[in-house]
Amino acid sequence: MPSHDVLIIGAGLAGQRAALAAAEGGATVAIMSKVHPVRSHSVAAAGGINAAINVADDWRSHAYDTVKGSDFLGDQDAIEIMCSEAPAEVMHLEHIGVAFHRNATGELDLRAFGGASMNRTAYVADITGQAILHVLYEQLMKHAHAIDRFEEWFTTSLVVEDGRVAGVVARDVRSGAMELFAAKNVILASGGAGQCFEPTTNGLICTGDGIALAYRIGAPLMDMEMVQYHPTCLPENGFLITEGARGEGAHLLNGDGERFMEKYAPNKLELASRDVVSRAEQTEINEGRGAGPRRDGIYLDITVVPRKRTLEALREIVNIGKDFAGVDITREPILIRPGQHYVMGGVKTDVNGRTPIPGLYAAGEVACVSVHGGNRLGANSLLDTLIFGRRAGEHAAARAASTRMPSPSRAYVRADESMIERIIRRPKEGARRVSEIKHELGTTMNEHVAVFRDEPGLRTALAVVHRLKAEAAVAYIDDRGTVFNQDVLAAIELGFMLDCAEAMVTAALERKESRGAQFRVDFPQRNDAQWLKHIDISRNGDGAPLVSYSAVTFTQWQPEERKY
Amino acid sequence: MAEFTLRLRRYDPGSGRAPYWDQHTVELEPHRSVLEAILQVKDRVDGSIGIRCSCMAAICGSCGVRINGQPGLACHTHLDRALACARDGVIEVEAMGNMPIIKDLIVDMEKVHWKKIRRVTPWLLPEGVVPEREHLVDRDAMVDVTQSMACIQCGACVSDCLTMEVDPLFIGPAALAKVYRFVGDPRDARERERLVDLAEDPHGMYSCTHCFKCIDACPKGVAPMSQIMRLRRRATSDWHIDDANNGRRHEEAFVTLVRDYGLLHEAELLPRSYGGNSWLGKFHPAAGKVLLESLPVVTKAILRGKVGIRQAMFGHKLPAQSLDQVQRIFDRVEGRPQRVEQNLYVSGEDDDGAARAADRAGRIEKAVTAQRSVVR
Ligand SMILES: Cc1cc2nc3c(=O)[nH]c(=O)nc-3n(C[C@H](O)[C@H](O)[C@H](O)COP(=O)(O)OP(=O)(O)OC[C@H]3O[C@@H](n4cnc5c(N)ncnc54)[C@H](O)[C@@H]3O)c2cc1C
Ligand code: SF4
Ligand code: SF4
Ligand code: FES
Repeated sequence: MPSHDVLIIGAGLAGQRAALAAAEGGATVAIMSKVHPVRSHSVAAAGGINAAINVADDWRSHAYDTVKGSDFLGDQDAIEIMCSEAPAEVMHLEHIGVAFHRNATGELDLRAFGGASMNRTAYVADITGQAILHVLYEQLMKHAHAIDRFEEWFTTSLVVEDGRVAGVVARDVRSGAMELFAAKNVILASGGAGQCFEPTTNGLICTGDGIALAYRIGAPLMDMEMVQYHPTCLPENGFLITEGARGEGAHLLNGDGERFMEKYAPNKLELASRDVVSRAEQTEINEGRGAGPRRDGIYLDITVVPRKRTLEALREIVNIGKDFAGVDITREPILIRPGQHYVMGGVKTDVNGRTPIPGLYAAGEVACVSVHGGNRLGANSLLDTLIFGRRAGEHAAARAASTRMPSPSRAYVRADESMIERIIRRPKEGARRVSEIKHELGTTMNEHVAVFRDEPGLRTALAVVHRLKAEAAVAYIDDRGTVFNQDVLAAIELGFMLDCAEAMVTAALERKESRGAQFRVDFPQRNDAQWLKHIDISRNGDGAPLVSYSAVTFTQWQPEERKY
Repeated sequence: MAEFTLRLRRYDPGSGRAPYWDQHTVELEPHRSVLEAILQVKDRVDGSIGIRCSCMAAICGSCGVRINGQPGLACHTHLDRALACARDGVIEVEAMGNMPIIKDLIVDMEKVHWKKIRRVTPWLLPEGVVPEREHLVDRDAMVDVTQSMACIQCGACVSDCLTMEVDPLFIGPAALAKVYRFVGDPRDARERERLVDLAEDPHGMYSCTHCFKCIDACPKGVAPMSQIMRLRRRATSDWHIDDANNGRRHEEAFVTLVRDYGLLHEAELLPRSYGGNSWLGKFHPAAGKVLLESLPVVTKAILRGKVGIRQAMFGHKLPAQSLDQVQRIFDRVEGRPQRVEQNLYVSGEDDDGAARAADRAGRIEKAVTAQRSVVR
């Protein structure tokens, strides 16, 4: 049985950063990912990473922007840590090889991003996530003696013994073999849950596995109602046009050719925070001023950016425009609209990535520290993954020194083996396909748990989720093989997604106010007196999830009206 | 909506069944991708079809396959374009080449691609004390390496690399392109060692036969062959690395021959590469050996009438006027104070700025009017 001080589930930015930090801390480390690490969805991050590295900037200004962006729901102690440690982290990335683009004097160039009072987004063209992810993977290869990689291994459950984490059960995707991994500490770094929505900017692998795995062993989830809709996604397939485009100067125009953000955010215009811009777009569309043949979109006009600059700094979206929308963005405006992008909520952790379950950590999009609160600023997520990935890795390595290696029972493997056996043997009669249920979940969530929400819609969504849960329990699959049986993994992922969706809808129903990404048409005001608190969701056997509250941490900034 | 028929190459090693073709029809808009078509079949008809995929947007590098025999990404190939290249009206999709198949469209990248990546010391090797802030480096250098860094490790170039087919040990296009990412990076202190390593390896950068297949295959514009050429240029012109594979002399001979004759003189190329870069090169003992080795090929070519005896001995030469032009090209290129690097990210000039600005207002208006007429 493989045994490690620190076992990391997920090899995106958070997971790889955690692995490197834990190895540096002297721990024995393993990192596991259901896809090859460089396929992790961090690869898709385009625009950049925030840090107050300009000498005229100050991390406090970055922290304030983040607090304001979060609509005052972010925990300020965690935000201070993230923003004050950001410059050193970005320099560290630079030192290990990330080829950040430079200014004329050879220093890191910084671009403008939404909700920021200053240019503070470091970038590599518009492939920043890929550039960082690949460099971290280079470091994993370099430190192969200290970090064991389990590539294409799928975690099916977390193992808890005597109230603390003892390891995980996982399936070797390639052979179908199930294995028990013992670990003193498990760090969840398994990313977001965007696939609960359709369309989404997230990849097919973003199915909320870690959120559900933690939830199932009793870890609370926090801020699950806060789901970010990104203002610029292709209507047809949800592909993202990076905020970097607006950072470089692109305009938003409604169907009348009007630069409508002047009405909603007279100072920051297109670069207001994402919840504000997405709501403005949706309002324009709902009020009949949309663009495009069905008037259900908005024009993003990148032609105002000099063509050479676009080709050099936004090449990826030039390709996306050309290949996936048939538009040359350097020469004509492209039709976009808000699309599901990011889950602010997740497994509740402290500033060292710890969950209330001893030995269980979480970092990255799977976690909720909470640095994003009601709304995440663009280019703060890569930062979040790296800062809290590193901190979790360091902390777990230190904890390993004073913990004894557990030896969990093989019964856990047998349990998951028979769970899979049962899925494979489910009869077709009277059952639905897994893909069908997933599709219904995605479209339902996108209809009722989106930019504008209200009680009847949320109730409908909850009812659908409950029905789908029952259907998913008997849904059938086609593949009965062992080698690369993606069908059986999809059935397990569907269960994870439904748990996440239930938590999201429950929390959205609970919060009877409008804050950040949650806009309740029936409660259109922010209500600090009653709702300036986090909503925690915990599992309650097979019954309705338990709802409780926790306080928001304040340090320097008191809530005020939010204007851009 | 239109109908498209797919023919998928299926193989499940666990089933004991030989590989076979599996045909399905889907209904999708023509600009949708081959991946979306495969996923439609997988979702609605047969969930056991194996294909790696995640982003659907040509960024995660999962979905490398061969479509109608051409390597590429399934998510990056439109159905209408795929159909246009189909032999018999059916879009044929199979696993990539040069790598063992695990199941259906899934190949073992680890055994081939990643092993080769690890072969080239794929991490930055800086030197000296770590600076407190960033390394100060030239702006253009970072834009320059972005092209090789844009590689998403999809393996499409590896799939059909001609050299790799005959020499499985060849380091290959993706790994060599990755090296340029370090060699072109001013922060890396091991440029010379890296280049010597690749020059001395008998399966290294001089094994590439310039077949262009990797350039055609690459969905991200990395142009691995161009990166290989840039590595060679640095090894020869910048570092003057003489290698056991005679790569440098071969290149020098190539260039001199074209300059002197205006055309490549094939018969002279090998002897010069080994014996020294002049007409006398062929009398060098080292040249004798390769000449003997190449004799069967040349003889066959003469027998089949592909080359004449005279041509084999003395080569062909362009007429004086054309030769003049060739030489002027050489003078112009070599006379430049700085080498011009072929690079996508650097070369996108803003050619028509003014015209575009004037044009812009009109275009938006046009878009708005067009859309109004649709709404009405
Ligand atoms: C299109 C797009 C653009 C973005 N642009 C930006 C940007 O410019 N700036 C910014 O700051 N943020 C951006 N973001 C957000 C940011 O990219 C993500 O939030 C962040 O990368 C998440 O990283 P992560 O390490 O938490 O998870 P991921 O990178 O998603 O990695 C998750 C890992 O977990 C593994 N995993 C999941 N489940 C299992 C399981 N059951 N068993 C084993 N392994 C498992 C996966 O294989 C993967 O390795 C963008 C997001 C998208 C979608
Ligand atoms: S050009 Fe060279 S590297 Fe590229 S496919 Fe051909 S032989 Fe391989
Ligand atoms: S060079 Fe191009 S084709 Fe080759 S692996 Fe990289 S992205 Fe794929
Ligand atoms: S699915 Fe990511 S590259 Fe095709």
